[in-house]
Amino acid sequence: MALRNESRKGRRVAIVSLFSKKQRTAAEIVAAARDEQKISGQELLDEIFPDFMEMHGDRLNDDDPSIVGGLAHFAGRPVTVLVIDKGTSAKDRIAKHFGSPAPAAYRKSLRLVKQAEKFSRPVLAFVNTAGAYPAASAEEQGQGEAIAHNLLEIADVKVPFLTVIYGEGGSGGALALACGDEIWMSENSMYSVLSPEGFASILWKDASKSDEAAEVMQLTPEALDKAGVIEGIIPEPNTHKRFCKNIIQVLRPELEKLEKLSSDELVAQRKARFRKF
Amino acid sequence: MQLFDELKTLGQKHVKADKQAQQNVPSGVWLACPKCKQSVYHKDLGIYSTCPNCSYGFRISSRQRVDWLTDSFTEMGQDLQTADPLDFPDYAKKIDKAQQATDLNDSVLTGVAKIGEQEFLLGVMDPKFIMGSMGTVTGEKITRLFEYATKHNKAVVLFTASGGARMQEGIYSLMQMAKVSQAVREHSKAGLFYLSVITDPTTGGVTASFAMQGDIILSEPHALIGFAGKRVIEQTMHQKIPENLQDADNIMKHGFVDAIVKREEQKDTIAWLLEMNQGKAGE
Ligand SMILES: [Zn+2]
Repeated sequence: MALRNESRKGRRVAIVSLFSKKQRTAAEIVAAARDEQKISGQELLDEIFPDFMEMHGDRLNDDDPSIVGGLAHFAGRPVTVLVIDKGTSAKDRIAKHFGSPAPAAYRKSLRLVKQAEKFSRPVLAFVNTAGAYPAASAEEQGQGEAIAHNLLEIADVKVPFLTVIYGEGGSGGALALACGDEIWMSENSMYSVLSPEGFASILWKDASKSDEAAEVMQLTPEALDKAGVIEGIIPEPNTHKRFCKNIIQVLRPELEKLEKLSSDELVAQRKARFRKF
Repeated sequence: MQLFDELKTLGQKHVKADKQAQQNVPSGVWLACPKCKQSVYHKDLGIYSTCPNCSYGFRISSRQRVDWLTDSFTEMGQDLQTADPLDFPDYAKKIDKAQQATDLNDSVLTGVAKIGEQEFLLGVMDPKFIMGSMGTVTGEKITRLFEYATKHNKAVVLFTASGGARMQEGIYSLMQMAKVSQAVREHSKAGLFYLSVITDPTTGGVTASFAMQGDIILSEPHALIGFAGKRVIEQTMHQKIPENLQDADNIMKHGFVDAIVKREEQKDTIAWLLEMNQGKAGE
C-alpha cells in the first residue's frame, strides 16, 4: 500500500509567470492569499463570465450569498459557475460572513450542481474561504451535513467539475467545492486542513508560531502540486485582468479534455484521483 | 468593533469541543457525569459504561464496544501504518503511544461482524486514539470497509467518534473526507445499507463527511455532534453559545439524526435495522 503520494508525471501548466518571483516563504504565500487587494469574486465573474446570471436560494428556506452561483457561457458553451466570495463593501462582507459559507450556501451550490448535471453543463468553481461559517446558527442548520452531501453527490456527478482556489482554501469548507475532477491553485493561494494559526495553537499551544506552522503544513501551491493534491498552478500577475486571462487559458483546454470522456470514464477518473490518498 | 475575527481563530474548528468529557471511565470510585453533572458510582455504569441518570455513553475503546455489540468479529486492515506524510516532529512517537494505549493501528477498528446470523461490515472509531482524529490510515481503513462491503453485498455499520481531521497529516487528512465519500457513494449506488451511529464526540471533518452520509443516522444520548468546535464559535463570533447547542437532542430536533438509541438497546436495534434495510443484500 502506498499512502504516501507518488509525484505526478508531466502535468504542469505550460504558462510561464509574467513576473518571475523570487522563492517565497510559506508565510509570505499565506499573506498573499489573504491580501486585501486580492481579486474579488465579482471581478472574476465580470472578467471571465460577462453574461453571468445569478441564481439564488437553496429551495429549502434560505439563500446565503457567500457562495454566488449561476449560469454563464464559457468558451462558447453553457456552464454553471460557483464562486465563494469574501465580499467588497463592509455590508457585503458581513452578509457573506467574510467568505465563510453557511449551510444554505452549500445546499444552494449542490442544487445548482445537480441542475448542471441534468442539462449537461460543466461546473466551474472558484474558492476563497477561510473555512465554513463557524456560528451557532450554522451548527443548528447542519453545517456538517451540508458539506457531507456535497462530497457525496459530487463524487459521481456526470459532468466535468473544475475548481480554482484563488485565495484561501480553508479545510472542509473549501473541499466541499473542490472534490471534482481538477483542482487548480493561483500562485498566491493556500489550501490546508486548517489555518496556520489554528494549527500552531493546537499543536504547539502558541498561535504566534503560525509562520513556522505554514512551513510544516505544505499548504503552498508548489508543495500541493508536488504532492498531486492539485493539477497545477495558475500564474497570478499583478493585474486582475491578466490573472483572469490566465484562468481562461488554463481552464479551456482542461475542460475540452474532460468533455471528451464518457460520463463513466469521467467519474472513474475522479474516483481514482481521490482514491490515491 | 470586531464582528468576525476570522483569521485568528477560524481554522481551529477541528479542536475538540468539550474538555471535561475527555475523562476516561472510572479512575476513581465516584465520577461526575460530564453531561448531567450527577455523581455516579463507577459500578453503576455497568458493562455499557453509561450514566444511570441521563444515559450518556462514556467514551469507551473500540474493542470494548465490539465486545458487547457483536457475536463475532474478524478484524481487517490492522497492518496499515501511516507514512507520516508531513514528516511531522514527534508524530511517530505519538502514534506509537496511541497504538500501545488502544491496541489499534489507528483511530478506527474495522472488520466483519455478526449479530446473530446477520453478517455486516463494522467500523468503530476510538476516541482514545489521538481524539479519534482522522488520518490517512483511518480514511484508508474506512474506505476499504466500504469497498469490501460493496464487493460482498453487505451493509456497513459505522460508529463515529472524532475530533475531526488529524492535523499532523495536514492536507492528506482532508483528502480522506473525499476519498471515503466516494466509497460511501459506490456502496449506496449498489443499493446497500449504511447505518451511521454517532457517539461522543463527533466533530469537524468526520461530521462533514461519513457521519452524516448514512441512510439512517443514529446517535447515542447526549453525544456531542458538531462541525465547528464550541471554543472556535465563541472566539470567532464573540458570542456565548448555549450549553446544549451540539447535544444530540438538539441536533435531532433540527433534523439531522433519525433516532437516539441507548447502548443497551443498540444490539437489538441494529439487528432490526439490518433486517429492515436488506434490499439488494437480501436477494
Ligand atoms: Zn449523566
